[in-house]
Amino acid sequence: MQDGAKVSAPDAVQRFLQGYRPPPGVADELLQRDGRLRPVWAPLIRHLAAQGPETRARAFARGDQYLHDTGVYFRQYTGDGSTERNWPLSHVPVVIAAQEWAQLAEGITQRAELLERVMADLYGPGALVRDGHLPADLVARNPEWLRPLVGVKPRSGHYLHFLAFEVGRSPNGSWLVLGDRTQAPSGAGFALENRMATSRVFHDVYPGANVERLAGFFRGFRDALNGLRQGSESRVGILTPGQHTDTYYEHAYIARYLGFMLLECEDLIVRDGALAVRTVGGAEPVSVLWRRLDSRFADPLELDETSALGTPGMVSALRAGALTMVNCLGSGVLEARALQAFLPRICRALTGAPLKLPNIATWWCGQPRERAYVRDNLERMMIGPAQSTKLPFDMDATTALGGRFRGAAQPSVLDWLEREGDTLVGQEAVTLSTTPAMVEGQLRPRPMVIRVFAARTAEGWTVMPGGYARIGQSGDPTALAMQAGGAVADVWVTSDQPVQAETLAAAPAGPFLRRQPGQLPARAADNLYWLGRYVERAENGVRQLRAYHLRLEEYGPRAVPLVTHLARFLAGFGLDPAPHPLPRGLLAHFDASRGCAAKVRDRFSTDGWNALSDLAATAHDLQGRAQPGDDAARAMSVLLRKIAGFSGLVHDNMFRFLGWRFLTIGRAVERADQMAATLAAFTARDTPRGGFDVAVEVGDSVMTHRRRYSVESGRDTVIDLLALDPDNPRSLRFQLDLLLEEEARLQPPPDRGPLGEAGRRILLARTGLAVATPDQITGARLAALRRDLAAISDALTAQYLS
Amino acid sequence: MPQDYDITLKISYLYDSPAAASRTLLRMLPRTEPGQQLLAGVVTADPAPGWRRDDTDFFGNATTEIAHEARLTRIVFRFDGRVRRALDSGALDLSCGLPALAQQVAALRDIGAASPHHFLGASPRIPADPAIAAFARACVGPDMSAQAAVQAVSRALHGHFTFDPTATDVATPPAQAFRARRGVCQDMAQVMICALRALGIPAGYVSGFLRTLPPKGRPRLEGADAMHAWVRAWCGADAGWIGIDPTNDMAAGGDHITVAFGRDYADVAPIRGALRSAGRHRTTHQVDVIPV
Repeated sequence: MQDGAKVSAPDAVQRFLQGYRPPPGVADELLQRDGRLRPVWAPLIRHLAAQGPETRARAFARGDQYLHDTGVYFRQYTGDGSTERNWPLSHVPVVIAAQEWAQLAEGITQRAELLERVMADLYGPGALVRDGHLPADLVARNPEWLRPLVGVKPRSGHYLHFLAFEVGRSPNGSWLVLGDRTQAPSGAGFALENRMATSRVFHDVYPGANVERLAGFFRGFRDALNGLRQGSESRVGILTPGQHTDTYYEHAYIARYLGFMLLECEDLIVRDGALAVRTVGGAEPVSVLWRRLDSRFADPLELDETSALGTPGMVSALRAGALTMVNCLGSGVLEARALQAFLPRICRALTGAPLKLPNIATWWCGQPRERAYVRDNLERMMIGPAQSTKLPFDMDATTALGGRFRGAAQPSVLDWLEREGDTLVGQEAVTLSTTPAMVEGQLRPRPMVIRVFAARTAEGWTVMPGGYARIGQSGDPTALAMQAGGAVADVWVTSDQPVQAETLAAAPAGPFLRRQPGQLPARAADNLYWLGRYVERAENGVRQLRAYHLRLEEYGPRAVPLVTHLARFLAGFGLDPAPHPLPRGLLAHFDASRGCAAKVRDRFSTDGWNALSDLAATAHDLQGRAQPGDDAARAMSVLLRKIAGFSGLVHDNMFRFLGWRFLTIGRAVERADQMAATLAAFTARDTPRGGFDVAVEVGDSVMTHRRRYSVESGRDTVIDLLALDPDNPRSLRFQLDLLLEEEARLQPPPDRGPLGEAGRRILLARTGLAVATPDQITGARLAALRRDLAAISDALTAQYLS
Repeated sequence: MPQDYDITLKISYLYDSPAAASRTLLRMLPRTEPGQQLLAGVVTADPAPGWRRDDTDFFGNATTEIAHEARLTRIVFRFDGRVRRALDSGALDLSCGLPALAQQVAALRDIGAASPHHFLGASPRIPADPAIAAFARACVGPDMSAQAAVQAVSRALHGHFTFDPTATDVATPPAQAFRARRGVCQDMAQVMICALRALGIPAGYVSGFLRTLPPKGRPRLEGADAMHAWVRAWCGADAGWIGIDPTNDMAAGGDHITVAFGRDYADVAPIRGALRSAGRHRTTHQVDVIPV
């Protein structure tokens, strides 16, 4: 069907493509050189052309909604700190025919094999340098060539297991590698998210469009990682630098998707030459790490001594063959731009064949002939640091384009080449192909590059049928347009044949087994515990502030002692309502809650995360607007409803795994402590009139109290309901019962030894409350109880969370 | 006639609050290499570690990796042993001229441990510095041999610096010490390495010992009461590596005993460790090098 588009809906498609004019001299993904639509695009374009603007906007919004709901974000660093940026999806995917893709994949596979051999040589015999294929100086000056790893043989037999390649299409239509990503390539998870969103945008086209599915690639790699354990019962972990890294969302997402533990270096410990993760149940062996952290930060003992992210002894464990690192430490050496100048020759020398997939033409200026060539062709050169691992279009002030420096106040490029030639490379300024993007309702050509992923499995390298496309912001087809921003898009590899729908789940083999959820790292447990505490602390603060503002509205600021008493009480907790009706301290509680959740994104449902983010955002929003009195009280009611929504999600929907228990325990400890503080402040002999009511109100027990004690109410009735009643979910007794029960479950019966410190303290406190009468719960007793709770918290931390 | 030395190195840490479980990498065992032989020697820690592995690093330095499970309030690392050192040979200047040096380095297709290529570029603790580079260029003439250039830089730096143990610490960057014109052997060695690299002379960092008491009639050298640091420079294929001690402005000869050699202090630090403690700690450091 050469001309399918014109046959079926000629007018609509023609109209739709009317304004689409690729710049001259570049390849275009959508249109052939003769201006006709490429057949592989026809179904998608027909669909888009047939849509009215409103229908299209609704479809695009479905994709955006998906991204919003799942909370996909990217951390972007700017001059003043970093911000989480919304995901810039370009809704129209890049469509590539399966046959063409197969050819690209062949080139990728060859290149992956080649890189493996280069790395094995650089960390082994060094023959490439000895035989003159690679200058010694370039290797020795490469900051990612990690000398402590020289001579270390990877346990798996391979250095490289997961790679990415930045490819672009040159004007003659052939593919070109712009950069090899070998250190810790990101983007595969984002590619998956782009697919989810785009398939929602085109939910009526996608199922029938024969688009190759991505799940099979991930399943293959997951199985490969599990296989690298070499049959042991140890675990596979994903090693992340933590939540402050730009791609942390992806690390958490991939960990959840593949079912691996997300680990930070401080979760890990090297003991007796082997690697283990600190979990709430003790140290558990880990033998495979998918590393998303740059090599040199991995071990402060043998690598970068200033690294705060590393695990001391990691290199030693690798040397001892106690673990497989994906990719092996030191793999960043292959990313240096200068290597691309030598790879074509190395390929021929090592394999006897040329590169199937060429890379961007590169000249190392440390050689006189090459330097002269760069000098004589300045106009079409990008000149930059030889050891830089940045992609050609990620230019900065240290790069010259066409003989001009990008930064100011630099000497002439010619001087620069002569003086520092051995630290510089020239790379041909490439022109990229364009692909359609919807810009203000019109289809427009935009330059693009695609990140392609390759994974090593037991059967060899596999290439993900699809990828992570980046789309330039303007129509300028030079590689320059790719820097700073732009959009991302899905890549559809479409086949003539129907494709098989795949999911991550492998075909069941053997009888069904219920798998217990994975071990919980102590750091994750600690964050969940404090998430529980902070949310509860926030809720309690909101209740007290509402009580204050209601009374302020009713009595005015200084008319009754109770209002002053309340204000003083709140100030004691950092919640002084005088300067701001919605005090900064309260916002800090919400931010701290969100901060804890951010560190355990892999263990947290998307709905829960969204609810928490919404809560924090609402609080910040209300802070600027709420007026003292009734207005602020109403704002507090809004926040309380949202907190209840979050708690409902957590407690109704969250699986009762270990992490949930720590969250629940944190909440119970905090609720007990807050209640003890409230009772001490509002049931004392000298509390101003109306104090009992405040206690009952903050304890959310107004109805129960009224119903039960309608005739007589006094201190004893309040204490009975809020401290001693085992059935009131706000009472002290209820929290301690809950703590007793949940703490006991942290260690399942077969492993359960004698009562630990935390269990003992909980039991003591709970027993004391169980036998107490209201008159015994004095201010002093409540203060003692708060000290007990602090000791319980410390004991829990020592026993499980550190 | 070679000279034998009995050597003790003792480094202790005292912690105000117990330090958590720790892992430490020691480079305290002297090298065996041309002109120097380790006759006997042992590296120990007290309390004894729960785990230990002895190995050799990229540059051929002996390493001892140890781990302690228990919390420690005090730990002592020591080396005890005997080293045989060849006396100065009164070396002839076999080095080539500076322009030829670059060609000789470039002709070496080698990234093994002894290759000068490792010692030309910036290293973690010795980044290039324009002020030091300018100082270096002012020290040398166009017709100098590489060895003469090394000696000229040593002499100039010796004059530039005042020995002052209070001016810097182990983490002071060379550029800062150079500006302050004060420091100890580590600072002078690192500044000199930076200077030589700027001239295109491959240069590395040596940690080691000096004999404690000088032979009769010679002055006591600076740096004899603790671990010392000096410089090795590659002066061409014929001359190879030569040792030079800018702190005392002298060739590193029979009184200098090499422990470890690398690109800068990070490669040779006698102790690299993860002893983390909330409180403060005190370190003491004691060296005895007795001729026998």
